[in-house]
Amino acid sequence: MSAVTVLEIRLDTGKARLRRLPELRQHLGGSGLAAALFGQYALPSEPWDHPAQPVIFTIGPLTGFFPLMSKTVCAFVSPRHGGYAESHAGGRSALALRFAGLDALVLVGQSPRPCIVQVGAHDVAVEEAGYLWGMDALACAKRIRRRTAGSGHRSIWRIGLAGERCSPMACINVDTYRHFGRLGCGAALGAKRVKAIAVVGEEPLPLPEGKTYSALFKDIFRQLTDTEMMHKYHNLGTPENLEPLDALKALPWRNLQATSNPAAISQVSGQRFADDALLRNAACAGCPVGCIHVGFVREKFIPQDNRYLYRQVSYDYEPIFALGTMLHLRTPADILTLLDDVEKAGLDAMSAGVALAWATEALERGVISETDTGLRLAFGDLAPYRDGVHRLAAADTDFWRTLSRGADAAAHAYGGADFACVLGQEMAGYATGETFFVAQALGLRHSHLDTGAYSYDQSNPPQDTAAAVRFLLDDEAERVLLTSMVACLFARKVYTQERIAQCLEALGQNELAADLPATARRLQAMRWVQRLAFGFDPLAVTIPRRFTEVTTWRGPIDARYLEALRQDYAQAILRCAAEVHP
Amino acid sequence: MKRLLAAHMERCIGCHSCSLACARQVHRLLSWEHAGIRIASSGGLSTGFEATVCLACDPPPCAAVCPTGSLSARRGGGVIQNKSLCIGCGRCVAACPVEAISQDRVGNVFVCIHCGQCVPYCPHDCLELAEVTP
Repeated sequence: MSAVTVLEIRLDTGKARLRRLPELRQHLGGSGLAAALFGQYALPSEPWDHPAQPVIFTIGPLTGFFPLMSKTVCAFVSPRHGGYAESHAGGRSALALRFAGLDALVLVGQSPRPCIVQVGAHDVAVEEAGYLWGMDALACAKRIRRRTAGSGHRSIWRIGLAGERCSPMACINVDTYRHFGRLGCGAALGAKRVKAIAVVGEEPLPLPEGKTYSALFKDIFRQLTDTEMMHKYHNLGTPENLEPLDALKALPWRNLQATSNPAAISQVSGQRFADDALLRNAACAGCPVGCIHVGFVREKFIPQDNRYLYRQVSYDYEPIFALGTMLHLRTPADILTLLDDVEKAGLDAMSAGVALAWATEALERGVISETDTGLRLAFGDLAPYRDGVHRLAAADTDFWRTLSRGADAAAHAYGGADFACVLGQEMAGYATGETFFVAQALGLRHSHLDTGAYSYDQSNPPQDTAAAVRFLLDDEAERVLLTSMVACLFARKVYTQERIAQCLEALGQNELAADLPATARRLQAMRWVQRLAFGFDPLAVTIPRRFTEVTTWRGPIDARYLEALRQDYAQAILRCAAEVHP
Repeated sequence: MKRLLAAHMERCIGCHSCSLACARQVHRLLSWEHAGIRIASSGGLSTGFEATVCLACDPPPCAAVCPTGSLSARRGGGVIQNKSLCIGCGRCVAACPVEAISQDRVGNVFVCIHCGQCVPYCPHDCLELAEVTP
């Protein structure tokens, strides 16, 4: 079994240590490897921002070797909940690590000054970067591109103001249009005073002899590009889902006060974005699908004259939900303008939008006042939201500092917990039913990508908690295998367990290919052990009342079924973790 | 004679499938650098992508400076490469006016041989293998 190559960098000294660890290969890579390394490095007795807590980046055994094996896992102690967290990103991040010769990059310690970490196959450096501190995430990347060689073959990860201020909503911007988005990984870097990481990947790897590997690659590539399977992702992209979910009464509007808006949905649909704003597509390195949709918005900055500036902003379903329908912004131009502000601030778009939606309703209801916000937030009004994004990142008053810790934290301080749309973290854009609400509230990443619960709801299943829990556990195990490779989850129908086994065998990794279902279950349990080690109690998770007031195409949410499912899934998670740690 | 043209790079999405295909099919490597065609963004992804690839000069200045005949002029432009003759001197790299030849740390040289193996792997038809008359 091949060794895992881990580069550990101590930020307090600037020194690095290369570790070759054959015993970790059994955990594959990505999620599995991240959880294993987290178990070695993280300190459950210490807070999230203790200097010794690690920030870990991992790729998998298939990264770069096959198409859409193009993502990187970031594992860290979340400032949102104080425990094990993962966030995943694409761009060039995964291939840059692969060609830097690494399976994992681990940062520990705290830099005495703001710094940039530079990593390559033959280079490691921790360089002072005080001049970048305070710079927005887009301007920061431009500066780094000027000083770093390897155009096209480097990946630049950095934080904005939100990360510097250690906001639990801070993301890590990756290259130009991707992110390690959720659970506050940007704060994990900010606490270490790491403004940016530049990975330059230039070293080749040998390929297996014979024709098996090339033939398998060709077959998978054709499957991904010649069939209709991936059409939705490169045509309208994920925003294709906006209209169908609105029709199902499953699209959150105005802080989830409604789940449908027939009068407005066509103004923010995937087709409307394509017609009015789509500039072009882009792709992660190693992915021929090209699901990244880059929109265009221009702004007349001298009202009496024809003087314009323009912005290129990547859009997806989730940011359109969070910064569009949740805030009742109803034009691509407004949504892209706000999204550009979120990009620069280095905020997670979903958390920022849902938090602002809570603040807007709280203001409407008189739970908070303009004295608190300093802004007249109102659904559908772009200008105060633009200021709100900056305030959220700056966290410069008691109110905005509290809100930056989450809508639930603000509700705890000011009231309005019933309508804080928080399921572990601010909700993702699926008001599909009980299964999704429970799945995000309890899911390991509190992400819509932990399981396909939103699809399960849409299959109109009978109310059967045992069947739903079985689905959640089985689906999570399948996804853990994919995120341990690390595949883009858009390719999940292509990369079946049989296909993954073929890929591993083609690379001579026959031991890893053996009994993947059992490996998936083991890694699934191992991640839960890490999640529970810092005190997460799934039985104590609550789901705010707003989620029980929702009406979907199937009628009102059944609060009793929701509660029964919550309890059963929580028990199942504890049993899952106990399988490896009795 | 066939010649590879990066004719529609304005369509490029930056997936690097062409470079990876060249490295895989021609050089038996996993690489986006050690290939006859390489993709770079021109100052961030928002500005689009450029292909660095042999323009099939005729006569080729890289072949002219090659001291061992590892690179020789190809009929119709570009070069024929005989790797077994290469001593890794790097003169060809310096001679190429468009920086289309790369060299790894041990001296191996990578240049497009206009075989077209990358073309079917471009999902947006940015590349074409065109017939040219010598």
